[in-house]
Order: sequence, then C-alpha cells, then structure tokens
Amino acid sequence: MSTHDENVIAVNKRQDALLRRRKAMSSLFAKLCWAFTWLAVIVLLVLIFHVSKQGIPWLNWDFLTNFPSRIPSKAGIMSALAGTLWMISITALLSVPIGVAAAIYLEEYARQDRLSRFIEVNISNLAGVPSIVYGLLGLAMFVRFAKLGNSVLAGSMTMTILILPVIIIASREAIRAVPVTIRQAAFALGATRWQTVSQHVLPAAIPGITTGVILAMSRAIGETAPLIMIGALTYVAFVPSSPMDGFTALPIQIFNWISRPQEEFHGLAAAGIIVLLAVLLLMNSVAIFIRHRFERKIEW
Amino acid sequence: MESLELQKLSAKRTRRWAEEAIRLVLMLCALISVLVTGGIIYALVSESLGFFRRVPVWDFLTGTRWTPLLEPNSFGVLPLVAGSLMVMVGAAITALPAGTLTAIYLSEYASKRARSIIKPILEILAGIPTVVYGYFALTFVTPLLRTIIPSTEVFNAASASIVVGIMVLPMVASLCDDAFHAVPRSLRQAGFAMGATKSEVAMQVVFPAALSSVLASFILALSRAVGETMATTIAAGGTPKLTLNPTESIQTMAAYIVQVSLGDTPHGTLEYQTLFAVGLMLFAITLVMNLLARKILRRFQQKYE
Repeated sequence: MSTHDENVIAVNKRQDALLRRRKAMSSLFAKLCWAFTWLAVIVLLVLIFHVSKQGIPWLNWDFLTNFPSRIPSKAGIMSALAGTLWMISITALLSVPIGVAAAIYLEEYARQDRLSRFIEVNISNLAGVPSIVYGLLGLAMFVRFAKLGNSVLAGSMTMTILILPVIIIASREAIRAVPVTIRQAAFALGATRWQTVSQHVLPAAIPGITTGVILAMSRAIGETAPLIMIGALTYVAFVPSSPMDGFTALPIQIFNWISRPQEEFHGLAAAGIIVLLAVLLLMNSVAIFIRHRFERKIEW
Repeated sequence: MESLELQKLSAKRTRRWAEEAIRLVLMLCALISVLVTGGIIYALVSESLGFFRRVPVWDFLTGTRWTPLLEPNSFGVLPLVAGSLMVMVGAAITALPAGTLTAIYLSEYASKRARSIIKPILEILAGIPTVVYGYFALTFVTPLLRTIIPSTEVFNAASASIVVGIMVLPMVASLCDDAFHAVPRSLRQAGFAMGATKSEVAMQVVFPAALSSVLASFILALSRAVGETMATTIAAGGTPKLTLNPTESIQTMAAYIVQVSLGDTPHGTLEYQTLFAVGLMLFAITLVMNLLARKILRRFQQKYE
C-alpha cells in the first residue's frame, strides 16, 4: 500500500476510536441525567414513606378531634384545623378580589407607561421576598400599628399580602390566554371595556384564575413563619369564634410538636403532617377537577 | 322621540362615569402592591433606625459575635449571615447540578410519558410545606448523617442545607426546562447535522444558548434558599456562630427572627428592634439577588431568529 492509503486507514481508525468514545460519553451522560431525575422521585417517595411510618400510628379519630395536650396520647389538632380553616377563609375573601382586580387592571386597562411597568416590577420583586419578611410587616403593621393583636384577622391580612403577588401573576396569565379576537368582537359590537371584561374575558379566564387561587391558598396553608411572627399561639386549646380571637394553625402545631425533644411528639408531628398533606392534596385535586371541568366548555 | 334620545344620552353618560369609577377601583387594587412594598421598607427601616441609634452600623455589619440576649451584648450580625450563606451553599451543591441535569433529561431525553410522570412529581416536591422538610431533616437526614459522620451534632447546617436543596431543586429544574425548551429546534438539528452526539448537543449547543436563563434561575433558587425559615429553624439549630463546618449547629438570620418571636418581645425594646435589623439585612440580600437575576436575564438574553 502507498503511504497515502496507510495514512487514510490510520486517520479512519483514529476517527472511529474517537467516535466510539464520544458515543460512550453520550450514553453515560444520558444515564447520569436519567439517574439524577429519578433520584428526585425517589427522594419524594422516601419522604412520604418516612412521614407515614412515623405518623400513621398516631392517626386516629381522637387525634382529629382533641385539643393539644401535654400528654401525647391525648393530644389532637382540632384547634389547629379550625384555626387554619378560619385563616384560609378570611384570606381568600380578602386576597381573591384584590388580586383578580389588580390583574384585570394590569392586563386590560393599564397603558404601557412607566407607572404600569413600575407596578409589574414591584409585583415580581414581591414574589421573591422571603415569607418571614411578610411576617415582620404583619407584626409591625397589623399587630402593633393597627392594634389587631395576634388575631385571626391579623394573620389573614398578613397571609393576604403574602400570596397577593402569586394570585396576580397567575390571574394575569389566565387573562392573557383569552384570545384577543374575543375582545375585539365585543368592542366591534359596541361593548364598553368593563362589559367586555366582565361578560367575556373573565368567564373565559375563570378556570385559570381558579387554579391559580387554589395554588396560592395551598401556599398559604403551608406557611408557618409569618403566622409565628404575628403571634399565632403555639398552645391553643380552643376553636376561634371570631376574627379577633387568637388562633393556631396546622403548620404551627406541627412545628410546636417537632420542637419538643420527646419522641412521641415527633410522632404526633408526623401525624399532623399527614393531615396537612391530605388537606393540600384535596385542594389541588379540586383545582385540577375545576380546570378539567371548565376547560371543556370553552371552544375557541 | 326626543325623550328617548335624552334617555339614551344620559344612560351613556352614566355608563361612562361608571366605567371611569371601575377603572379607578381596579387601579387602586393594583397600587396595593406598591403600598405593600412601601410598607415593608417603611416597617423594616423605621424600626432598624431605632436599633442603629443604639448600636453602631459598623459594629452590626462587621462584628463576629451575636449575643443580643446575653450579657455582655454583642451585635455583630456576621454569624447569622454566615449561617444563612452556609445553608445557601449547601443547597446550591445539592440542587444546582441535579436540577440542571434533571432539566436536560426532561427537555432532551425524556419521552412524553416520562415527562407526564416527572413534572407533576416535581410540582409536588415544590408544593410541600417547609415544616415538613424541617421534620424530614431532623428525623431522617440528621440520623443518616450521624451514621456516616458520627461527630455530627443533632442540629447541624448540613441536613438543613440538603433539605433546602431538595426544596429548591424543582424550581431550578422547571425554570431550566423552560429555558431549554425556548431554544429553537433548528439549533439542535444543526448540531446533529454536524455529527454531534446527543450529549454534545445538550451541553455545547442547548446549554450555552440558554445560559442566561439558567444562571438567573440559579440565583433565584439560591435567593429562596437564603430566605428559607422553617427547615433551618427546626434542623440547623439556634446557636449563631461563625464557622465553616457543616456538621455544627448554626443559626440563620430567619431562624433568629423566629426564635425571638417565639419568646416575649415587648414593643420598643432593643430585642424587638433586632428583629427588624436582621430582617432588613435578609430583605436586602434577597432583593439584591433577585434584581441581579433579573438583570442577567435581560442583559444576556439570547435573541433567537
């Protein structure tokens, strides 16, 4: 063979070797990505399994109906459940109208000027503020300044401003998803802006808005730090009967139990976590159900 | 006939007035967000001013001992900041590589079915309340760590940061996944046409193209990790100290704020004011990080044709 042919064969061999190595790297990389992804899944399963194992022995009807007690076998989460329900109801009443209204303004009414850009930047910054800072705000403004004390109302108002950015952002997405043609058709027929929004855009955006609201509520149910800040008590043996009453909430009760050194209270905490996760699961299922139910009705 | 015209005109005027009123109400609702920001800044700054009248700013920012409740008082905030940063770094090690690789798997390799299983699982991970993660850290991760490294204390920075990393991983994965999806298919196809393998396309074409979004997502996730409260309060401990050892107990800024709130803090005391001074520090750090993330996103955003 000539040297030219020998060279070509050598180069080809080298390129083959290189290609084999590159292909090996590629499949190794793929396996690595695959492994890390399913690792996340495994972590979730481990977490659920661990919590269930610790908590299920403590889960019974008494647990759901008793008040907290210094004796582990007699302790329950009735007050925490009631407090959470109170808090979430008032929060929903406050945050949904304000949040959806703000979203409507930003999407339908605001001109593209500096003020609206300022508001938008503001909202996305607020979305990134740690929840404990909202707790500090609640402490200073609602508990001390407005003299609401450590009441359900103060807690709900703090939660409202915490989840407001979430609701606004989610509602804006839902409203933006409504096709422009719907609005244009309404305008063409002589509808005013509010008529267009209230009779055409909003009804179409309701599934998305509802989903966003429920997700925001899920977030509010799980938040502990702001409620601790405004003084939600950690030992509450009653059910609130008015918005000005003191209260406790599920995450706070869990936190209280986990902070104690005795093992039994850790088991109680796990049982509380199961209840909390069950509530969240219920809410998210409702959200998914609503989304499916209403999405079918609309045909663009 | 005339009265009908007049009726129509006055109805139109009423409608126009009502429209303006509605517009005003909606605008006020939108401005509430601005009010909230103003409220946060006002609350933090006004109480901190009271604090800084009693404690020099320099001592606060550079002191290395934080003992506001014990005599002799020392108000150096660095141990708390170091605690928060240590949790942030640990969370970064846990979440950033894993999250990015997960995002690459989701966008480049996963089948539709795999995506439909993994994405909801990631959303569930993201939606789990932070107390649950704190519980998990204290009752599962810490014992696990103690069997591997017996000298680990019951409260330690490592289990808190691992758990915060798990909490933040879905955020990284989902933001990076969106970023990778935004890269047009033509770029990938060009890579394949040149003979690149799948991993080469992923790491040398897609990843660099989405780099600004990926970096921004990292910073946002870390900002979340710095501000994380419950997991660190439950698992990392309540002893502020300046240390690099993750097996020791530390205290983060947020955990300190919780600790003080659980006790009795009358309004106007120095103790009460430390809450807001530390809160201001935390707010400033997370604000800077969020603004940085947004700036990176805007400045280096790739414009695809």
